Amino acid sequence: MSTDALSAGAQGAFLRTYSKEERPGLASALSASLTLAWRALLKIKHVPFQLFDVTAFPVMITVLFTFLFGGALAGSPGAYIQFLLPGLVVQAIVFITVYTGVGLATDIHKGIFDRFRSLPIWQPAPVFGAVLGDMIRYSLAALVVVVLGVALGFRPGGGIAGMLLAVALILVFAFSVSWIWMVVGMTVKTPESVMTTSFLFLFPLTFLSNIFVDPATMPGWLQSVVGANPVTHLVTAARGLMHGQDVIGNVAWVLLASAVVVAVFAPLALRLYHKER
Amino acid sequence: MTYAIETSGLVKTFGQTRAVDSIDLRVRRGSVCGLLGPNGAGKTTTIRVLTTLLRPDAGSAHVLGLDVAREPAAVRAKVGLTGQFASVDEDLTGTENLVLVGRLLGLSWGAARERTGHLLEAFGLADAAKRQVRTYSGGMRRRLDIAASLVVTPEVLFLDEPTSSLDPRSRNQVWDIIRAISAQGTTVLLTTQYLEEADRLAERLAVIDHGRLLAEGTSRELKESVGSNRLHVRLRSPERRAEAEQLLGKALGTEFYNGTDASLLSANVNDEQAVAEALAELARAGVRVTEFSLGSPSLDEVFLALTGRPAEEPAKEATS
Repeated sequence: MSTDALSAGAQGAFLRTYSKEERPGLASALSASLTLAWRALLKIKHVPFQLFDVTAFPVMITVLFTFLFGGALAGSPGAYIQFLLPGLVVQAIVFITVYTGVGLATDIHKGIFDRFRSLPIWQPAPVFGAVLGDMIRYSLAALVVVVLGVALGFRPGGGIAGMLLAVALILVFAFSVSWIWMVVGMTVKTPESVMTTSFLFLFPLTFLSNIFVDPATMPGWLQSVVGANPVTHLVTAARGLMHGQDVIGNVAWVLLASAVVVAVFAPLALRLYHKER
Repeated sequence: MTYAIETSGLVKTFGQTRAVDSIDLRVRRGSVCGLLGPNGAGKTTTIRVLTTLLRPDAGSAHVLGLDVAREPAAVRAKVGLTGQFASVDEDLTGTENLVLVGRLLGLSWGAARERTGHLLEAFGLADAAKRQVRTYSGGMRRRLDIAASLVVTPEVLFLDEPTSSLDPRSRNQVWDIIRAISAQGTTVLLTTQYLEEADRLAERLAVIDHGRLLAEGTSRELKESVGSNRLHVRLRSPERRAEAEQLLGKALGTEFYNGTDASLLSANVNDEQAVAEALAELARAGVRVTEFSLGSPSLDEVFLALTGRPAEEPAKEATS
C-alpha cells in the first residue's frame, strides 16, 4: 500500500474508526428530523445570502413605498407604514417559502437525497427536517422586517403579544405553502425551474392583495379577485392582530385554509418523495 | 453459505428500456467485485436496486440474505452507498457533513464528532475539516463522500464509479482506501469503466452492457477470453501494410483487425516470445516500424471480444 493516501498514523486513525464493531441504535424519527433541521441552520450560517436575497426585496419595498408613496397614499410616511408593514412581513415570508422547493430540488439534483434515502432513517425525515429548518428561516426573516419597520416608525397597537400572534399566524400559513413548494421541488427537473415557476405564481398572489393599498379604491372586478386571494385574508388578520383589532373571522379563515393546503399537499409531497427517480 | 450479494433474474425497466435485464450476480462475503461496463450499461441502476433506491421489476435481489424489495429498511441498516456524483453538502464543512451522517445513523454528538475526526485524519482531510466542501478539489470531495459511507462500518459498501473524473494521484488514494476497507472484511461492490481499475482492486469482475451480464470471472479469465495480449504495430508507410500483415501473420499465427488507421496493425497474441521474432522479420524485410506496443486488452477490446462490437462509449483510458 502506498503511503500517499494513508500514512501510518492516518491508517491507525482509520482503523480505530473502522474496527468499532458495535452499530449504534438507529436514530428516532424526531432525532433524524431535528438533525436535518440542524443542517438547514448550518446552511443559513454558511450561506446567509440565501436569507438576505429574499429579505432584501421586502426591505427595499418597505423603505421605498413608505417614503415614496406614503405621503400620497396615507397622508404621511409614518401613517402609511402602520398600514403597510404587516403586509410586508407576509410578503417577505411568502416569497421565502420558494426556497423550500429550491433547496429540495437542489438536494435531489446533487444526489444528497440519495444518500439520505440509502440511510437507515425514518424515510420522511429529510422532508420534515427541511420544513423545520424553513420555519426557523421564516422567523429570522420576519424579525428582520419587523425590526426595520419599528426603526422606520411602525408602532403596533397590539403590542408584543399582538405582533407574536400575527407572526405565528403568518408562519402557519407559510408552513402550508411550503408543502406546495415541496411538491413543485420534487416534480421539476432543475432547481432553477422552481424559481421561474415561483415568480409566475407569487407576484400576482402578493400584488393582487391588500398588502399595499386598501382595495376599496379598486374597480369592482378587481376587488373580487383581491377578496378571493388567501393572502388578503392573511394580511387582514396579521394587520388586525398587530394593531390589536378583532379579526377572529380572518384568523379562522387562514387557519382553515392552511389546514386544507397541508391536507392536500403534504400527502402528495410524501408520496412523490417515495417515488422512484 | 449465503452470499453478500445475490441476484437472480433481476430486471429493472424504465418505460421501454430494460436498464437491468435478467442479471444473475453472486458476490462472496468479504470480497471486492467490480461491475464493468460503459456508460448506460446498467451499472448504476443495478447498484440503486441493491441499495433499495429502486424496486426491482422482476427477479430477486438479496443483500446479506435480506430481500431488497421486502426488507429495504434492514438492508439500509447494513450497507453504505457512495454515488457517482459526490453526494455531500457543498455548503457545509467536511466535519459538519460527517457529523450529520453520524447523527442520522444514531450516534451521539460526541461519538459522531470522534469518528468524524478519525475519518478526516485517515482520509487526509484533517486540514480541510473546517472548510466548506465547495472549496474542495474533486479528489477531496470523493474521499469525503466515501468517508460518509464509513461513519458507521457497513457490511457491504457500494461504490458507483469511485474514481471517475479523478486525476491519477487522487485515483491512487481512492484505490488505497478501497483496499483498506476491504482488508477490514467489508464486502465491496464497485462499478467502473476502467479495466485497469477493476483489475487492481477486484477479485472478480462482472462485465455488463445493455443491462445484460456478458461475462463474469477473475480478470485473468476475462483477459484469456479476449486473447492474453494485444499487439499494436504502426508502420512508417501504410502502403506496405499487406506485406507487413503477411509477415507478422505468419510469424504469430494470428489475423489482424482492419481499423480506420491504415498504418496501424492490431492483433491478439498468445505467445509474447514470438512477437520479438516477428518484429525482427519485419526489420529484415525492410518494413519500417515507427512504434509498437504489447499490453493487456483494454475494456474496448474486452467488449469487442464479448459482444462482437466496440463499446458504444469507449473507455477514456488510452491503450499504451
